[in-house]
Amino acid sequence: MINALGQPQTVLLLGGTSDIAQAVVAAWARTCRPHVVLAARPGPRRDRAAARVEELGLSAQVVDFDAERTDEHPDLIASLAQERDIDVALVAFGLLGDEERAWQDHDAAVELARVNYVGAVSVGVCLADVMRRQGHGVIVALSSVAGERVRRSNFVYGSTKAGMDGFYLGLGEALRGSGARVLVVRPGFVHTKMTQGRGPAPLSVTAEQVADAVVKGVARRDDLVWVPTALRGVMSGLRHVPRPLFRRLPL
Amino acid sequence: MSEPHELTGWGRTAPTVAATIRSDAAGVPEAVRRAGARGLIARGLGRSYGDPAQNAGGDVLLPVPGPLEVDATAGVVRVAAGTSLHDLMVELLPRGLFLPVTPGTRYVTVGGAIACDVHGKSHHVAGSFGEHVVSLDLVTADGATRTLGPDRDPELFWATVGGMGLTGVITRAELRTIPVETSSMSVTTTRLPDLDAAMAAMRSTDAGFTYSVAWIDTLARGRSMGRSVLSQGEHATRGELAGRAARHPLSPPGRPRLAAPRRLPGGLVRPATVRAFNEAWFHKAPRHRSGEIQSIASFFHPLDGVGAWNRLYGPRGFVQYQCVVPDDAEETMTRIVERISGQGHASFLSVLKRFGPGDPGLLSFPMAGWTLALDLPAHPGLATLLEELDELVVGVGGRVYLAKDARVGPARLREMYPRVDDFLAVRRRVDPARVFRSDLSRRLEL
Repeated sequence: MINALGQPQTVLLLGGTSDIAQAVVAAWARTCRPHVVLAARPGPRRDRAAARVEELGLSAQVVDFDAERTDEHPDLIASLAQERDIDVALVAFGLLGDEERAWQDHDAAVELARVNYVGAVSVGVCLADVMRRQGHGVIVALSSVAGERVRRSNFVYGSTKAGMDGFYLGLGEALRGSGARVLVVRPGFVHTKMTQGRGPAPLSVTAEQVADAVVKGVARRDDLVWVPTALRGVMSGLRHVPRPLFRRLPL
Repeated sequence: MSEPHELTGWGRTAPTVAATIRSDAAGVPEAVRRAGARGLIARGLGRSYGDPAQNAGGDVLLPVPGPLEVDATAGVVRVAAGTSLHDLMVELLPRGLFLPVTPGTRYVTVGGAIACDVHGKSHHVAGSFGEHVVSLDLVTADGATRTLGPDRDPELFWATVGGMGLTGVITRAELRTIPVETSSMSVTTTRLPDLDAAMAAMRSTDAGFTYSVAWIDTLARGRSMGRSVLSQGEHATRGELAGRAARHPLSPPGRPRLAAPRRLPGGLVRPATVRAFNEAWFHKAPRHRSGEIQSIASFFHPLDGVGAWNRLYGPRGFVQYQCVVPDDAEETMTRIVERISGQGHASFLSVLKRFGPGDPGLLSFPMAGWTLALDLPAHPGLATLLEELDELVVGVGGRVYLAKDARVGPARLREMYPRVDDFLAVRRRVDPARVFRSDLSRRLEL
């Protein structure tokens, strides 16, 4: 259960090896001791991630999960929920890819769409199903500011995030009254291994800042949070910039 | 007849959705037999602060008041468990009877009062609610109705008293009453400048009063830390009354005339407003006054005068922290008050009381010692402070009250309640499939 101060007892990390997922667990470990289910592809990255969770003094359970193998998702999530209630599920997997290759290389484009959008929709439907039955639970969807107004420089990635963002906002509405909730998190540029080597954008944040926003958003029962909060104002301005001008902005 | 409902406790935190069922005592066995995989829990009037009367994804049985039968010669009353203490007092007072234990609100059900083994200002004399239960009917997981009492299956009885509804559904109870001449109280009020003075006053004078409680200002610091207003009383005799009260010596309590508006913003309860309120309230109290006549409602249930006052805390709600430490741990209580006042969290008048000995209830809260209760706006930052307080409480063998708690975990519970294993053994005996479940039982692994 999530207690009165927003502390969960079980956290499912889908894409458990991501820097943000790890930072979220570390943030919770500072105030409570949730059981962590790490869902990711088997391999040394997952082993290291599980070891880090255990170093925090938390119990870690690893399960095989591949975002692209959507046919396996329903059974996986149903069986996890059978073992114990899923209080918080963090949808943290995603690919950034190479922007220019992503729209010219068919395989790369399809993979991005499969992981970031189809995979996210797939787990969203499964999580919604088990959480409705539980009568409680929060799905935290890690979206991106890149999906708010898709721009030329990373439009394949941006379009997948726009899609998953829209899906999870809608899912949150659909789940109203069921006890289950959705929290959509829209970070700006996050310094992680996924973005390594890229020039930081203005208002960039660390994985720890995103994690703090997740922890706070769950406790406050928010539906949507921006990290940093100032991005909300910036993006609501950018959304209305006419296309000829938007094209020339160095974004 | 069931429909999905979002439920919270009185603190309005951690909402979950359950199918609510309204059924009188006759329909309870059927509801219990039909409970699904996520089980069933009985709910009273929702005055527990946390999650004991919620059951995410399962069934929640709502209370239905039922017949009430007063046996004035034996001094007992037989009631349906869904009856509120308010309705019960409305029936009892005109007959010159009262309950030996009344909590800080009349808006709890008899069933809830037993399941939480509630206490009141009389604890140092009368003990807790469960000690005045002659017998009760419990619908257990098999759908059978068992009549229990301290002399009839005492093991199950004392698991049910304070058992947070996890042994079954209480449908009926027979309670002992006390005779009263009037529905008024004769009250002695004493203003005490700091915590030491408050505790010393309670130690030396409590024995002379049936009812005693101190309202403590947990925001005051320095020399005034723990300053309190001690309120002690007895049921007034007819001779003490004058005017209207004398003409109607046994008038029942009324309904609240005020109610908090439905939608209030958060942030009304903040250190600045609370500090001002506490300051005014402390200085309004007389240095010492005795023989003041107050109504039962204003002496026992001052907050019942405002309906839904929990809304004042805004949409994020609040938590109540109520702990008890043993008699010889006065110093720990001082450190607890120090820690709270040092943090400056907004807490309206908190309550300090000296308990008498506890009862055999396996999960009952009271024990001989000092109890402190304070309301705090829910905020993630509160977790650290309350953890520290838990640490102090557990260090001296104390505990927190499950009817108020909304946040401790299973490991902490086991440090606080040494008889948890005995409770679980009873639960395995009468409810092996765990039909009775609540958000609290999931949170605490009960």
